[in-house]
Amino acid sequence: MDYFLTWGHSPWGQQILTHVSWNLLWAALFAGVAFLVAHASYMVLSAHRKRHPAETDAMEAARPDLPARIPRHSGVARAFHWVMAASMLTLLSTAFLPIAGVKFAWVQWHWMAGLVLTTSILFHVIHASVWLDFWSIWVGPKDIPELRAEILRELGHDVPGPKPGKYPLGNRLYHLALVVVGLSVIASGLTMMVRVRTPLFPRNPYLLSDSTWGFLYVTHGMAGVALVGLVIAHVYFAVRPEKWWITKAMILGWITRRQYLEHHDPDRWVVADPGSRIPDPAQQ
Amino acid sequence: MAVIRDVMPAFELFQPASTADALNLLDRYGADAWIFAGGLDSFDWLKDRIKRPRYVVDLGGIAELKGIRARDGGLEIGAMTTLTEVVSHPIVRDRYAILTEAAEAAASPQIRNQGTIGGNLSQDTRCWYYRAGWSCYRAGGNICYADTPESINREHAILEADRCVAVNPSDTAPALIVLGASMVIRGSSGKRVIPAENYFVGPGTDITRMTALQPGELLTAIRVPGDWAGSNFYWEKVRDRQVWDFALVSVASAMTLSGTTIQNIRLVINGVAARPLRLATVEQYVKGKPRNESTAAAAGDMAVEGAQPLRFNAYKVPLMRNLVKRAIRGVEEWTTS
Repeated sequence: MDYFLTWGHSPWGQQILTHVSWNLLWAALFAGVAFLVAHASYMVLSAHRKRHPAETDAMEAARPDLPARIPRHSGVARAFHWVMAASMLTLLSTAFLPIAGVKFAWVQWHWMAGLVLTTSILFHVIHASVWLDFWSIWVGPKDIPELRAEILRELGHDVPGPKPGKYPLGNRLYHLALVVVGLSVIASGLTMMVRVRTPLFPRNPYLLSDSTWGFLYVTHGMAGVALVGLVIAHVYFAVRPEKWWITKAMILGWITRRQYLEHHDPDRWVVADPGSRIPDPAQQ
Repeated sequence: MAVIRDVMPAFELFQPASTADALNLLDRYGADAWIFAGGLDSFDWLKDRIKRPRYVVDLGGIAELKGIRARDGGLEIGAMTTLTEVVSHPIVRDRYAILTEAAEAAASPQIRNQGTIGGNLSQDTRCWYYRAGWSCYRAGGNICYADTPESINREHAILEADRCVAVNPSDTAPALIVLGASMVIRGSSGKRVIPAENYFVGPGTDITRMTALQPGELLTAIRVPGDWAGSNFYWEKVRDRQVWDFALVSVASAMTLSGTTIQNIRLVINGVAARPLRLATVEQYVKGKPRNESTAAAAGDMAVEGAQPLRFNAYKVPLMRNLVKRAIRGVEEWTTS
């Protein structure tokens, strides 16, 4: 058990949880890199299906009504993404570099980045609930046919099954994992701030019992090391050549008509507001 | 909970005869090895059974770590040199009187006969919550028992607290920082020499260590340059009793004067944070100013800016302010008039 958790003793001699074992950090790093290598090898060696350009040409010819550039992420949504990414990288660096041997005064940078992340997530929840298509990012039983089709396509089969709506299934599953892990790390982290000196509120290390604090520290640590693996996977997919168009959309805000038709189901992601279309510079 | 305080737990004892052998042992056993110098801090830990090292490396038989030698216009003091040898060394007495005073203020004559300068510099904090073996931050846990509403924290930190509020107990550390000393650290990967003020680390940087020593490394010598030899020194240690006690707050300064104007100064305070604090802002402020009551008072006020006392140690704020003030202006003229 010491490989996963560390224990201490309370002043009354009771055994209490203190942290996750930092062996798990190295395990998460290893798992992230192993996944990366396995996936990259599979993509090089496998017979996963690639759509023939002629098919996409035909689809594009059939939809001349669509603009050349399809808006995918609003400026606000992109700003949120990059603020969240910066705060997440700051959080992971300040949390794990000292464990890896790079020593610096990390605590105040960590909690400040945590507050930025929390604020950005709160903003995102409100923004997505009010101004975006809230349900487009979630997964549920309705996505099982798409999951089956995606798996078969990855295995080299030519299946006519459903294509994704606005977000590919992988994106939505990743988002779900991030919601679970992110909310765990935020809830535990905000509570743990009561134990350190901040200008926001008085310290109160006795707010919770030793065992509850231990549970929170372990939750925070588990979620933290899980985020290491998740961030490795995210960055890996963001820089993969066949996914680069998605990353580019998170920078520029739009995708091309060809990418829209090639990767998405126009019935599940309807480009509804022609007024919001980004004009094609070639026609300006 | 029964506490056994007489019989040490079993460990394997090594008594190397050379630094190279000691480093090999430290390299082999890493964090499982305990470095044993004079043994005065070590015996507390071992007899209280709070630290249970598997291997103890006794440096007492390594001749090359002992003695005081001239070097580059200054001195090199072996880390295993006893405090008594430091105190009685004629050159230290003549040129580095502040180090004599500081070393002489440590503990009692018996302890100074046995205790080494390396041990005095590298000793662990005296926070009794930590030394009682509780799972505090410094012991790898997730709480500071000394920083709660009910804690008894009269001796703890008022500055630079970062989760842990322990303070550094060394008497010689502030004097050596004031003298611009460097620490010679050797490990299996080679030697590094770092300024004395960087030898000590606060909890923000590393909450489980008080020094920059990593597992497998050894403080082998302290180099004291001649830059501040013979300058105007001030050393004062305030403690509950006048012998065999750790400092509540101590101050050390070295100053050069041009007439009554302060030309240059180094000023260090200890007992207020987990590391001895060099007061660089105060140094900058007083340089070029007359050495008088007004300058000293302003320096004292500046020194305590940002202090955050705990429940029982607010007295350290005026104590630190006044010690800085005394270090700047001196005490002779004011006490004899």
